[in-house]
Amino acid sequence: MKTIKFTIDGREVSGQPGQTILKAAETAGIYVPRLCAFKDVIPRGSCRVCSVRVNGRIQAGCVQTISDGMVVENDTAEIREFRKAIIDMLFVEGNHYCMFCEKSGLCELQALAYRFGIAAPQYPYLNPDRPVDLSHPDVYLDHNRCIQCGRCVRVSQELDNKNVFQFVHRGHRKRLQVNGEALAATSLAITDQVTAACPVGALMKKRVGYVVPVGQRPYDRKPIGLVSSPEPSAQPAAHA
Amino acid sequence: MKQAVAAAVEGICQHFGSDRNRMMDIVIAVQERFGCVSTEAMEVIAREVNSHRVEVESVVTFYTFFSMKPRGRVIIRLCKDIVDWMKGYEAVADAVAKELGVTMGETTPDGAITLARTPCIGMSDQAPAALVNDVVVTNLNPERARQMVRHLRRHLDPHQLITMVGDGNNAHPLVRAMVRNNIRRRGPVYFNGFVPGASLQQALARSPEAVIAEIRASRLRGRGGAGFATGQKWEFARNAPGETRYVLCNADEGEPGTFKDRVLLTECADQLFEGMTIAGYALGSRIGIVYLRGEYAYLRAFLASVLEERRQQGLLGRNILNRAGFDFDIRIQMGAGAYVCGEETALISSCEGLRGDPKNRPPFPAQKGYLGCPTIVNNVETLCAVARIMEKGAEWFAAMGSERTTGTKLLSICGDCRKPGVYEVPFGVTARELLEMAEADNPGAMLIGGPCRQMIGPERFGGQICYDDLATGGAILIFNRARDRLEIAEHYLDFFIEESCGHCTPCRVGLILLKRAVHKVVNGAGEPADLDYMRRLAYTIGQTSRCGLGQAAPNPVLGALQSLHGYADMVGERKSGLLSTFDLSKAVVDAELSTGRMSQYV
Repeated sequence: MKTIKFTIDGREVSGQPGQTILKAAETAGIYVPRLCAFKDVIPRGSCRVCSVRVNGRIQAGCVQTISDGMVVENDTAEIREFRKAIIDMLFVEGNHYCMFCEKSGLCELQALAYRFGIAAPQYPYLNPDRPVDLSHPDVYLDHNRCIQCGRCVRVSQELDNKNVFQFVHRGHRKRLQVNGEALAATSLAITDQVTAACPVGALMKKRVGYVVPVGQRPYDRKPIGLVSSPEPSAQPAAHA
Repeated sequence: MKQAVAAAVEGICQHFGSDRNRMMDIVIAVQERFGCVSTEAMEVIAREVNSHRVEVESVVTFYTFFSMKPRGRVIIRLCKDIVDWMKGYEAVADAVAKELGVTMGETTPDGAITLARTPCIGMSDQAPAALVNDVVVTNLNPERARQMVRHLRRHLDPHQLITMVGDGNNAHPLVRAMVRNNIRRRGPVYFNGFVPGASLQQALARSPEAVIAEIRASRLRGRGGAGFATGQKWEFARNAPGETRYVLCNADEGEPGTFKDRVLLTECADQLFEGMTIAGYALGSRIGIVYLRGEYAYLRAFLASVLEERRQQGLLGRNILNRAGFDFDIRIQMGAGAYVCGEETALISSCEGLRGDPKNRPPFPAQKGYLGCPTIVNNVETLCAVARIMEKGAEWFAAMGSERTTGTKLLSICGDCRKPGVYEVPFGVTARELLEMAEADNPGAMLIGGPCRQMIGPERFGGQICYDDLATGGAILIFNRARDRLEIAEHYLDFFIEESCGHCTPCRVGLILLKRAVHKVVNGAGEPADLDYMRRLAYTIGQTSRCGLGQAAPNPVLGALQSLHGYADMVGERKSGLLSTFDLSKAVVDAELSTGRMSQYV
């Protein structure tokens, strides 16, 4: 098969035709920060954290495919500022109480904030009024922390062959909705892959919060990008 | 009762072949029939088209013309575009609200009439305007608005509001609209007579490749604003692998201040459909779709009748003009109130029965568009030009216009001027000439191409309308010297915030943050640092948003900040220890009211 050669921050990288910048970079051992991109589910280019400059234009690395001679800027001062701005936007859009969130350090949004040295967001908090859905026996949905990455939408469809989640409304009113009155009325099961897909503390298994002590959590030791993102196995199993 | 609803919804689904891709048509029909799309109806639709209720809900909640809860039998949608606002929207809205006894967004207690706001409905040349169900009411003032409400209360029939009809086909029995064309300047390409079939004959005398070559030779560029070479787009789609190809016409004219496609659809429907048919021939396509914005629903029956006539004349359908094997037909796809669907990939999403979210590019529509097939999406005006080019030749067309932008352009001119309307001008005309034509009133700024393009001040009135200088999809808004540009920008930010699809972070969140900052400065609470904050935030949104909407949304703010005085005089240094956004006297109002005495220190 033909190999495509291009550069990321001046370093020559090769990849396969049809591969995205994100995947090709990953293969080459170059970390491109991301939130909505997840495993092999279809990327949707929505969070924009993986923004890179491609031949002069900003593109989302998770959806832009590589081509010969492409010049990609990934870790530059300008791109870092864009990413910080976007991460800050996600923080102020919802209500994120990191200090006592049950995600407890396994959060990719929090890990990105640490990686980018964000102590407090540069934007004013929007303090939205959002509900919590505790109806399901094993899983809960806290809309306060939802960053609308759509991982759950796609994992439920593509990996679980269900359709538990969708986005409803549009613009700043857009929000996650479940296929039923509440989570308990859907076909969601604790064994579904979707229960381990949420990068933040929005879709959480019940009764497993705070299991890993502070100091031993994956991002306590090394920043995100230097450790692989927590796979389902890294998350403690639910206590029956 | 419930069973009757279920049976009716099932019937509607089956009418559209229980096809998931026809979700828009299904939901529109359900909304029309029951006045809402209830949870029960969504469950039936989901079952019938083999989808999920939440998926149907995601579509229903995306478009403003759909609702899950019942609304009034009559919905008055007041257009609150900036031009309506300049022409007295607020007084009209007040009058209607008082007469109805409800506030914006509410329904009268008897469930008869709902009052709502809507962005530009394509009537900026006869503002303030409103949609009453699908009836267009123009040139409103408080007295006319009150009378309208009184009449509606009596009969609840919007069609009875039509006391006079406009010129041209606005008087056609299938249109009967109080809309005026306001064609102020006619040119050689549009509104200049058209014999159905003549252009198509010319096209069929050539090979499909030769038709594309002719369009390329004319150097026609897309009239929607982006200006992509039409012939090249067609060639890409023709050469893309795939059995089925589609010709889509973008009649979702939603850019605030644009209305020229409304007039083309009213007066040049044959020319448009002929352009689409020529495209069908050139591409080897059998199906064309006109995506008509929901606000133009009053033209739907008329357009359908023109299509039917063309079928009778052998200009659509099978073996067109007796050419064996040349089959092409056109259907109308209604939109339902979503500006973002004017973006071509969002338009395709909507045609596929999905939320109007833009798609990631690549792949481009010419490679993989509607239902994954090679697709061209062309503007109404572009397709009308195609038909004329086939009739008169590429050379004739290319002789008009400026050096690098050939042909003529239709402009919708409105705002602070005496002669708002549609003007056909050769490319290369200057902004100043337009101000003279439209008899502008003390012009201080022009918005060339609507809010997603650029705001210019007098220093650039000598610029030329063309793709290399002042590019426009057709909107030209004129603002007099008394208007504040940042206030105009805030108005447009509200518009973009409402119309964002919400898919990507910078557009969904960033615009809200930008609006807060602009509002602060417009209201006199700004600080010097706010100007830099707005510039940086606007730049981030423009650079990192996924589609053209988010990329363009900060333009009015950036344009305002670039204006001569730059707003430095509007922001003051923060007084020591005081937060400029904190108004102490306002903050103690509740306490004053509850204690019953006024604070002595504020």
